[in-house]
Amino acid sequence: MSGMRYEAPGSVDEAVTLLADAKGDARVLAGGTDLLVQIRAGMISPDLVVDIKKIAETKGITANGGGFSVGASVPGAELGAHAAFKAAWPGVVEGAELIGSTQVQGRATMAGNLCNASPAADSVPALIAAGATCTVVGPKGRREVPVGDIPTGPGKTSLADGEFIVDIKLPARPAHASDAYLRMIPRTEMDIAIVGAGVNLVLDDSGTCIEACVVLGAVGPKTIIVADAAAALVGSKVDAAALAAVSAAASAAATPIDDKRGTVEYRTKVAGVMASRAAAIAADRARSK
Amino acid sequence: MNEQPKQFKWVGTRTIRPDGVDKVTGRAMYGADLTLPGMLQGKVVRSPHAHARIISIDTSAAEALTGVKAVVTAADMPEADSKLVAAGEAMINFRDLAHNVIARDKVLYDGHAVAAVAATTNDIAERAAALIKVKYEVLPHVIDVLEAMKDDAPVLHDNMFTGGVKPKPEKASNVANRVEFGMGDVEAGFAAADLIIERKFTTEPVHQAYIEPHAVVADMGQDGKVDVWCSSQGHFMVRSFCAGLLKIDMSKIKVSAAEIGGGFGGKTTVYLEPLAIMLSRKAGRPVRMAMSREEVFRGSGPTSGAAMTVKIGATKDGRITAGDATLYFQAGAFPGSPVGPACMTAFTPYNLDNVRVVGFDVVSNRQKVVAYRAPGAPISEYAVESIVDELASKLGIDPIDFRTKNAALEGTKAAYGVTFGAIGMQETLDAAKATEHYKIPLGPNQGRGVASGFWFNIGGESCAGIRINEDGTVALSEGSPDIGGSRASMAIMAAEVLGIDVNKVKPTVVDTDAIGYHFVTGGSRVTFATGMAVVDASKAVVDEMRARVAKVWEVDIEGVVWEDGHARPASTNVGDFDPMSLAEIAAIANKTGGPISGHADINAKGAGPAFGTHICDVEVDPETGFVTVLRYTAVQDVGRAIHPGYVEGQLQGGAAQGIGWALNEAYIYDKNGCVDNPGFLDYRVPVASDLPMIDAILVEVPNPTHPFGVRGVGEVPIIPPLAAVNNAVAAATGTRFTALPLSPPAILAGMAAKN
Repeated sequence: MSGMRYEAPGSVDEAVTLLADAKGDARVLAGGTDLLVQIRAGMISPDLVVDIKKIAETKGITANGGGFSVGASVPGAELGAHAAFKAAWPGVVEGAELIGSTQVQGRATMAGNLCNASPAADSVPALIAAGATCTVVGPKGRREVPVGDIPTGPGKTSLADGEFIVDIKLPARPAHASDAYLRMIPRTEMDIAIVGAGVNLVLDDSGTCIEACVVLGAVGPKTIIVADAAAALVGSKVDAAALAAVSAAASAAATPIDDKRGTVEYRTKVAGVMASRAAAIAADRARSK
Repeated sequence: MNEQPKQFKWVGTRTIRPDGVDKVTGRAMYGADLTLPGMLQGKVVRSPHAHARIISIDTSAAEALTGVKAVVTAADMPEADSKLVAAGEAMINFRDLAHNVIARDKVLYDGHAVAAVAATTNDIAERAAALIKVKYEVLPHVIDVLEAMKDDAPVLHDNMFTGGVKPKPEKASNVANRVEFGMGDVEAGFAAADLIIERKFTTEPVHQAYIEPHAVVADMGQDGKVDVWCSSQGHFMVRSFCAGLLKIDMSKIKVSAAEIGGGFGGKTTVYLEPLAIMLSRKAGRPVRMAMSREEVFRGSGPTSGAAMTVKIGATKDGRITAGDATLYFQAGAFPGSPVGPACMTAFTPYNLDNVRVVGFDVVSNRQKVVAYRAPGAPISEYAVESIVDELASKLGIDPIDFRTKNAALEGTKAAYGVTFGAIGMQETLDAAKATEHYKIPLGPNQGRGVASGFWFNIGGESCAGIRINEDGTVALSEGSPDIGGSRASMAIMAAEVLGIDVNKVKPTVVDTDAIGYHFVTGGSRVTFATGMAVVDASKAVVDEMRARVAKVWEVDIEGVVWEDGHARPASTNVGDFDPMSLAEIAAIANKTGGPISGHADINAKGAGPAFGTHICDVEVDPETGFVTVLRYTAVQDVGRAIHPGYVEGQLQGGAAQGIGWALNEAYIYDKNGCVDNPGFLDYRVPVASDLPMIDAILVEVPNPTHPFGVRGVGEVPIIPPLAAVNNAVAAATGTRFTALPLSPPAILAGMAAKN
């Protein structure tokens, strides 16, 4: 790690130029809660680190037309303290707030969680369920990309050399809409999900589900959108029968591996449990709106 | 709990801890905090294999790197004799110790040290370590204890023949030793039983998980004198181990005890210290070495995992008729598991006529085990207490009542040969039964578990020096590294005897040149043994002060008594003298014979055996197997709590570690026999949010051999939690589990298997 260069540009253009011109391994630093750990562990030794926290566009949470834009350097603690955002997207906030400890929450960002591309990333299932998109900038300009298209496999993303995310956008909400994220870990915090489940749904005035998305994390190389679970919810009152169907569909969709954190059998079963419980919570929240 | 009226001024009070401000402000100096001029940074090269022959070690590229000042291998350490020496909490074979510190010929586990390097910076040291080329011939490995005992298992030591069996085996094996304890007639006992339960249990190795990794600074001078600064549970142990391994006179080695960030038994041996001395000798400069957390897990000792068979019989009315246990303990790569104490403690909470416990000490390609709080006892007592709970449940007897029917009492003979004096097992049961906790109704999927535990506690060598300063303040010197608040306890006991304000006493753990030999801080011995030395030294000072005052008053020493920090005439017959305070006596010490001090150098005998009873409530999520600990109460006979706050902390800390052991902690090995979870992410100690407030209830049945009634307190509290959690989970799920840890996947699989 000798000779590592650190830059903290003040604009997107400067950052893009730095990254595009970089020789050797160049990395983007937002919160740094993954990057610095990887550097310290000797897993990577970048020649250039570009800190994007000084760029105005990566800061703050902006409401626009009922939706929100969350800057790439906004940490979990800031999301959790934003009353309007939390009211609209409690599941997204739940996922983001599960990243690390209270101290880590002061730094850890959703954009970083997304780009770290861990299959167990806690903020990603709820973001995908929410239909979130992100703004990617790079040498070829800007593009809007669904968040689910960023990770392509464990530790791998679709971002080209020199590209980074400046913000994440969440759409406007109709009435009776809410979301939830749950994960299974063997303790109560400071851990990596064995299974994660994000559910976003919309009810009509009668309480019937008219829109739903169910997304699993940590049970495959990428997050899994469980279409059958969403189908089981849509048209239902999110009652016990529908939740049982969500559970069965989620278990059927899970493609986990055996590792030190959990067995295939366990993860498959608990994927169903987490998905149905998250759906129940999301529905409860939507009913009260 | 004690019937006696308050009789002490300081004993039993919650004084301000002498080390508190330094620790909170960051001023405290831990193992890695010392910096010396010209100091080098040392790094260990470790084996990536579980079992391999070392063909060659090429250090030339590392030595050629600019900034590298020394490289050492086993060739730089004299070969030690194979002989057992009393050290730490067990006997130690110096040859095994040497080979564990740095591998010779073979590496025996993943993380085994093979070389060390010192360089001007950490970065260079790391690069140099990567340049050391070790050629290995990988050998078949064995991890599991029962696998290691099989005839066709890879044998770690071709010169190891099972001890404790006759005739001596002709074939080398991984079974180092067989031990047996017992009394009565076990078969007759089972014949008299109405109900017999026999089960097989397993536990996994768990690490002490002290927050401070091992760290040392060593500096050898041109004349061969060595200064060592390190975090350990015994700087005298470090001195004697380094002297023995490196064949250096003890008088040439001075070891200073740094502040210690936890030990729990894991710092009762050496890892880095001899290597740092060897590097310093070669480089002619001070060398600092500190392990990473990964190195702590791979390169230092956890405690054993075990496979056990336990059988207990009882009559319908709840009297245990016999207990029989066979314990197979993993020792790690070298002999020396705590299977002996595990056998001795297994059934000891109970007054039994018929007991047999057989233990096997088995090596395998794992990290060499080292002490962890009550070594061995949590494992064997987990199995016994789980069956005791099942017996009570099947017989329809309340688990505390069942234990009361069988509890060890004063006069009970334990299977390991001791007849107990005053003990408090029954008192802990009574106190547990009287708690509010025991009466709280439980909801669905909730269960309550009870378990008891026994630990011997020990005495041993300790010294103390009390010096009266000119202004009447007191310097207290002793040599037991403070891992659990012992400085506060020492100051309290000195102040109590001297009759002065505790804040006038400054306790210091001094270096090995400054005081006599101390056995390690372990065995829950320090407040008992070093405390006894402090009391003796304080009494010697009191006698010296009486003598000085007698000189001033021109009376016999018998005419001067010491009361409430003052010398007073023993009676009006002695004369009409104004009392003299300690400060007044100190002020005129130069006129009465010079500086005043008192010393004690003792081998403390009569440690008080101790018992605890814990109650645990859990809720088990039937769909995920997740266990929430709802409530936890730890009751213990502590003899006398010198500083109740610290004693409660010991109970809470032990319970927390025991709950972690029960629920999630375990070493995980991959198919190559390498540690797959060498970090706190996947080696899951409980975090604060995993635990409820742990209620600590102190029962005081004073130990008659200690001036204030002290028993050891640090080890008992880690014994009951394993079974208390297991029994609570059984109550919550209706399923008896026989393997730890009770991780969510294990619970779900167990519940599914039952249905």
